[in-house]
Amino acid sequence: MSTTTYISVFIGGCIGAVARYAVSLGIEPSSMFPVETLFVNWIGCFLLTFFITHPFLSKRVTKPVIVGIGTGVLGGFTTFSTFSVETIQLWMNQSIAVAMLYVFLSVFGSIGLAWLGLKAGLRRVNQV
Amino acid sequence: MSFFLVAIGGGLGAISRFILGQTWNTGRPTFPLGTWIANIAGSFLLSIFLILHTNNLIPQSLWYFAGTGFCGAFTTFSTFGKETVHLIEEKQYKQAAWYVGTSLFVGIIIVGVMLFLFLPE
Repeated sequence: MSTTTYISVFIGGCIGAVARYAVSLGIEPSSMFPVETLFVNWIGCFLLTFFITHPFLSKRVTKPVIVGIGTGVLGGFTTFSTFSVETIQLWMNQSIAVAMLYVFLSVFGSIGLAWLGLKAGLRRVNQV
Repeated sequence: MSFFLVAIGGGLGAISRFILGQTWNTGRPTFPLGTWIANIAGSFLLSIFLILHTNNLIPQSLWYFAGTGFCGAFTTFSTFGKETVHLIEEKQYKQAAWYVGTSLFVGIIIVGVMLFLFLPE
């Protein structure tokens, strides 16, 4: 892999992490449920599969930029570590049922949105 | 200042995950080991930083850099979702179930053991 790709992933990661941090500051913190992480992970899943299948972007943008946005920005925007920690915190501070609901919503919501992003991107392929 | 620290940590986290992916993800519809390792290792690391942060053993700046920035960006949910959908589309249902199940189970159990041991209310 070229140095350009590494730089692109680094810059992308900076942008993604700051965007995630900004969302967490923007959304009123709720001790009941970590909605900010759920929101970030859902949006990120949809955008990633949409972005990598959408013909406009894959044709006009160079490979390092695609990797920078996909792996860097959207990879860095979403997070698994905060999700795991929050699951345990919900378990400890609320109940195992709330923790399981969080896992369920995160996992099925994210996979569902990734699938929707893929289909939305592919629809554009057929239209072009 | 917090934005700058989160940014640098995030950039380094993304690069580290990218390197793991280059080494361990095949790109074919098989178990994405690189992302799996990043998510598990990153969850473990974040639980350590959280314990240190809660007990005031690390400065707030290191929490921004390492916790929010590095661990947050080193781990990913978007690639996890994309890879799962990829496996399902390729009809690798067993691999998809195994990938989702072990990512959740191992990640959450490791964090659970750490927090229950070192961060009891």
